[in-house]
Amino acid sequence: MRRLVSYLKPYRLQCILGPTAKLVEAIFELIVPLVMARIIDVGITSGDRGYVARMCLLLVGLGLVGLCCALFCQYSAARASQGFGSSLRRALYRKINSLSHTELDLLGTTSLINRLTGDINQLQTAVAMMIRLVIRAPFLVIGSTVMAIYIDLKLSVIFLIASPLIAFILYLIMSRSIPFYRTIQKKLDRIGLITDENLSGARVIRAFSRQSAEQDRFEQANEDYRRTSMQVGRISALLSPLTFVVVNLAIVAIIRFGAVQVKIGALTQGQIVALVNYMNQILLALVVVANLVVIFTRAAASAARVSEVLAMEPSIQNSQRKMPAEDLDAPRISFESVRLRYAGAGEDTLNDISFSAQPGQTIGIIGGTGSGKTSLISLIPRFYDPSGGRILMNGVDLLDWPLDKLRGRIGLVPQRAVLFSGTIRENLCWGEAQASDEQLWQALETAQAADFVRALPDGLDAPVLQGGQNFSGGQRQRLTIARALVRQPEILILDDSASALDFATDAALRRALRSACGETTVFLVSQRINTVRSADRILVLDDGKLVGDGTHEELFASCETYREICLSQLTGEEAQR
Amino acid sequence: MSRKKVVVEKGTLRRVLRLLAPYRLYLAGATAFAVGNVVLALAVPVLIGQAVDHIVGPDNVDLLGMMPVLFQLTAAAIGSALFGWLMTLCTNTVTYRTVQHLRSALFDKISTLPLSAIDNTPRGDFVSRMTNDIDQLSTGLLQGFAQIFTGVLTILGTLVFMFRLHVLTALVVVVLTPLSLFVASFIASHIHAMFTGQAEAQGNLTAFAGEMIDGQKVVKAFGRETTAEENFDRLDSKLYHYGVRAQFYSALTNPCTRFVNSAVYAAVGLTGALTVISGGLSVGGLTSFLNYANQYTKPFNEISGVAAEFQAALAGAARVFRVLDLPAQQPDRPDAKKLEHCRGEVEIRNLDFSYRPDRPLIQDFNLVAKPGQHIALVGPTGCGKTTVINLLMRFYEPNQGEILVDGQPITSLTRDSLRAGFGMVLQDTWLFSGTVRENIAYGRPDATEQEVIAAAKAAHADSFIRRLPQGYDTPLTGGGAGLSQGQRQLLCISRILLTDPPMLILDEATSSIDTRTEVRIQKAFDTLMAGRTSFVVAHRLSTIRSADCILVMEAGRIVEQGTHDELLAKNGAYARLYNSQFAPTEQGA
Repeated sequence: MRRLVSYLKPYRLQCILGPTAKLVEAIFELIVPLVMARIIDVGITSGDRGYVARMCLLLVGLGLVGLCCALFCQYSAARASQGFGSSLRRALYRKINSLSHTELDLLGTTSLINRLTGDINQLQTAVAMMIRLVIRAPFLVIGSTVMAIYIDLKLSVIFLIASPLIAFILYLIMSRSIPFYRTIQKKLDRIGLITDENLSGARVIRAFSRQSAEQDRFEQANEDYRRTSMQVGRISALLSPLTFVVVNLAIVAIIRFGAVQVKIGALTQGQIVALVNYMNQILLALVVVANLVVIFTRAAASAARVSEVLAMEPSIQNSQRKMPAEDLDAPRISFESVRLRYAGAGEDTLNDISFSAQPGQTIGIIGGTGSGKTSLISLIPRFYDPSGGRILMNGVDLLDWPLDKLRGRIGLVPQRAVLFSGTIRENLCWGEAQASDEQLWQALETAQAADFVRALPDGLDAPVLQGGQNFSGGQRQRLTIARALVRQPEILILDDSASALDFATDAALRRALRSACGETTVFLVSQRINTVRSADRILVLDDGKLVGDGTHEELFASCETYREICLSQLTGEEAQR
Repeated sequence: MSRKKVVVEKGTLRRVLRLLAPYRLYLAGATAFAVGNVVLALAVPVLIGQAVDHIVGPDNVDLLGMMPVLFQLTAAAIGSALFGWLMTLCTNTVTYRTVQHLRSALFDKISTLPLSAIDNTPRGDFVSRMTNDIDQLSTGLLQGFAQIFTGVLTILGTLVFMFRLHVLTALVVVVLTPLSLFVASFIASHIHAMFTGQAEAQGNLTAFAGEMIDGQKVVKAFGRETTAEENFDRLDSKLYHYGVRAQFYSALTNPCTRFVNSAVYAAVGLTGALTVISGGLSVGGLTSFLNYANQYTKPFNEISGVAAEFQAALAGAARVFRVLDLPAQQPDRPDAKKLEHCRGEVEIRNLDFSYRPDRPLIQDFNLVAKPGQHIALVGPTGCGKTTVINLLMRFYEPNQGEILVDGQPITSLTRDSLRAGFGMVLQDTWLFSGTVRENIAYGRPDATEQEVIAAAKAAHADSFIRRLPQGYDTPLTGGGAGLSQGQRQLLCISRILLTDPPMLILDEATSSIDTRTEVRIQKAFDTLMAGRTSFVVAHRLSTIRSADCILVMEAGRIVEQGTHDELLAKNGAYARLYNSQFAPTEQGA
C-alpha cells in the first residue's frame, strides 16, 4: 500500500487543495438552510422585501462560489487521479517487462493485463473519489449535526440518534448483500460454462442424444441463479424504504419537539425549517458515504493485486560479477549435470542433463509431449535458471553473461508462432533494427518465406494483423524463422517450429538452413523423426532424462525410446533406410 | 469498451414487452405500488409544510392541531416506503423470472439449431449473448423501466402539487427547468466525445499490452523491452490526455446541477418569501416549495442516465432475439422409425453436398460398407473427409442422394436412434465439468459401477483413473485440463465402449497425441474397433494400413479405393499422398 501511495506524491498539492476547496463548498451548502431560516424569521416576519432579495442574492452568490470551488476540486481530482494512474501503469508495465518467465508463468497473461487495466482504473476512481468526496460527505454529516447542536442542543439529540441509525441500516444491508454479488457472478459464470460446453460438445451431445439431460443441467443452474438474485434483491430492496422512514420519523420528532421549544420561545419557525433541511442533507450524504465504502473496498483489493506485482523481484537478473573472457576453443554450449524444477512443482522437469554442442553443429532434440524438450532449450537464453548444475556458452557460465549480450547472440523461434501487429519489415527488424532489405530477403529466402512475401502487394511492407491472423500457420512459422535468422545468431533454436509445414517445405528449409548457417549452432526440437534424423547429433529425452545422444543410426541401434518413436512413425524398413 | 454502432430491429421493444406478458399481475402490482409510492412521497413535503404552519411563533403554537398532521406525515412516510418496497419486489420478480425464461429459451434453441449454425457462430459470441446481453437486459430495461416510470411520475406529481400550492412560484420552477436540462445536455455531449476518446485510447493500450505480454517470451528473446516501453508510454500519454478530460467533464455534472439547483432554490425563496409577505402563501407552503425545489431536478438526471442503459438493453435483447429467430433443424419425420438391432451395414448413394451453394464440395459420392468392415478416409485438408462423417451422423443434410443404414434411408429413422448406432471419437476430446464416472457414463447414465469399470478396463483407462486423487469420483474441470491428451482420449473411448454401438467413427482421433503414446493406446483402439463397422479419418499411417478399404478423396470425390498395398502398386493419388506426407522425403537432408 505504501508503495502505491508514493505514486501520489507528485500530486500532493492537488490532494490537499482539492478537498479543501470541496470543504469550502460544503460549508457554504451548510449555510444555505441558515440563510433560509433568516429569510423566514427576519424577512417575512418584518415584511422586509429588500432583506429577502438581499438574502436570495446571497444564496446565489454562495452557490456561485461553491461552484467555483467544486470545479477547482474536480479538476484537481482529474489531474491527480489520471496522473497517478498513468505513472502507476508505466511503472507496472516496466515491472512486468523485467519479470522472468517463472513469475510470468505464475501470474498469467490475462491476470497481468487485468491488473494493468481494470485494477489500475479502479484505483484511479478511488483516488478521484477520495479527493472529491472523502472530505465532503462525512463533513456534511458531521456539519449538519454540529449545526443542529448550534441551533438547539435538545433537538440535536434526534440527530445523534437518527444518523447512527441510518448508518447502521446502510451497513447492515450492504454488508449482507455485497458478498452475494460474488456468488451471483459465479452462478452466472456457471450458466456461461454450461452454454460453452454445449456449443463445443454439440456433436458429442447429439451423438449420445443427451439434449434433454443437458437442458435439465442448465435449468438447474438457471434456477439457482434466479433464486440467489431474488434473495439479494429482497435484501437490497429494503435499503431506501428503511432510510426514508427513519429520516421522516426524525423529521416528525423535530417538528413535534421543536414546536414545544418554539412555544417557550427558545426556537423560531425558520430554525425548525432549517433543522428539517439538515436532516434531509444527512440522508443524502450518508448514502454517498456508503457508496464510498464500496468503492474503497474494491480499490483495496485492486491495490493488493497491483502491489503484488510491483513487489516481485525478477528471479533472473544480471550478474554483479564482471564477465570473464570468452574461450573460443570451448564448445559453443555445454550443459553440465543440469537439473530443472519449476517453482511450485513437485518433480524435476529435467534431470541430470549433460552434453555439449560445437559451432556449426546441428543438434536434434526429440521426445514425447511433456518430455522436457522446450524446457531444455528455454535454459539457453536464460528464461529459467537451472536448479542444479551449470550451462556454459563459449566457456563462460551463462550466469556471468550480461542478459542483453547473451540473448543478442541467440535466435529463437518459439513453438507458438507469435507475430506482432505492424508490417512484415517491422516484425523482421525485431532481430536486427538496422537490417538492410538485402539481409531481410536473404533471411526470408532461407526460411522458405520469400515466395509468398514477394507475392504480397506490399511485399516487405505488407501489414501484419494482431497475432498475425492474416497469415496461415505455416506462413507465420516461416516468418518467425526469418525473424530469428535476420540477426545472424551464433545459436539458432527452432522449437518445433516447422510443425505446420508440409514435408517437402520442411526438407527444403533444413537444407537451406544447413548452407546458410555455417558456424551457427542449430538446435532443432521436433516430434517428427524425419525432421531430426539428418542432424549431426540427436538428443533423446524421456520424462526429463537424457536417454540417448548420437546419430540416427547409432540411436536406432542402441536407444530403446528412440527406436520406439521411430517405429511409431515409420515402418522398420523405412527407419533403417 | 468501444461503442459499436448499435443495430436494433424494429419491434424489439414490443417483443420484450410480450416476454413480460405472463407476469401481467406482477406488472399491474408494480404500477399500482409505484403510484402509491410516488404520491405518498410527494405528500410528505406538503405535510411538513402544514405542520410547520402550526408553529408560527412563541405564542402561536397549535400543538393539538398539529398532531393529526404529524400522524398523516408518519403514515405517508411509512406508506410510501412500504409501497416502494413492494414495487421493487414486484419488478424483481418480473425481471428475474423473465430473464430465467429467456435464458432457457435461448439454451433450448441450441439443441434444435442445425450444427451449421453452431459451427458458424463463434462460441464466445454465443456465450456472451447468454450471459452479458441478457444481464444487460435485466438491469437496463426492466429495472430502468421502474426508474423511468417513477421518475416521470415524480416530475408530474411535483408539478401538480406545486401548482396547487402557488401558481406563480411553480411557474418560476418550470421556467428554470430547461436551464438544468441545457446544462446537463451540454456536459453530456462533451463527456460523450471524451469518453469515446478515452475508450479508444484504453482499447489501444489494452490491445498493445495484451499483445506484448502474451508474446513476452519473444520480447525478451529479442531484447525489445525498451522499444516496447517507449510505445507503451506513447499510448499511455494519449490515455492520460483523454482520461483527465473525461474524468473532469463527467465530474462537472454534479456541481453544475447543484448550482442550477441552488439558483432555483434562491428563485423559489425570493418569489415564495415575497408572496408570503403579501399573504399569498404560508411559511409552511414555502417550506414545501423549498423541499420540492431540492428534489425536483433529481429525476431528470436519473432519467437521462437510464436512457443510455435502456438503449444498450434493447441492443442486447435484439442480439438474443436474432439467435432465437435462426431457423431450427428439420424435425424427424412423423413416421420416423427407430433404428434397432443394427447390423452396421452402411451404404452411400450418389451423394452431393456443399456448405455454400457457390462451392460444391462432395459430388456423386458412393460407398458400401459391410458389417464389421474398417473404412479409412484419406486425402489433403479440406477434401471433405470430415464432411462425410457429418453427413453420416446427420449433423448436416445432403443436398442430393441418400445414406442407408441396414438398407433403410437415414431420413426415415429418428435422429436419436441413428446416432445411438454410432460411437464417435473426435480429435478434440470433449469432457464436461463432472466426475470421471459421470463422463464415462455420459451415453448411459444408468450404467452400473461394474459396467463403468469394465468399460474403463477395456479402454486401458482403469489404471490411470485409479491413480487420480479421488479415482472415479475425481471431478474434471476445464475440459479435463489436469489430464494428458492421451488420457482424455482414453476416457472418450471408455465412454463409447460402455454404449457398445455397432458402428464407429474416428475423426483424427489420435492427431493431438504424440506417436509413442499413440502406439501405447493403440490397444484400446483395437478393442474399440473389433467387430464394428468403422469409419476412420486419419493422417497417421499405422491406422490406415490395416483398413479393409482405403478411400482416397480429392476435392469431394473418391479418386481411388482399395487396400494399402493395392493402392501403392497403382502408383496414383494415394502413392503421391503417401510420399508427400508419410514417407521420409530424402536422405541426408
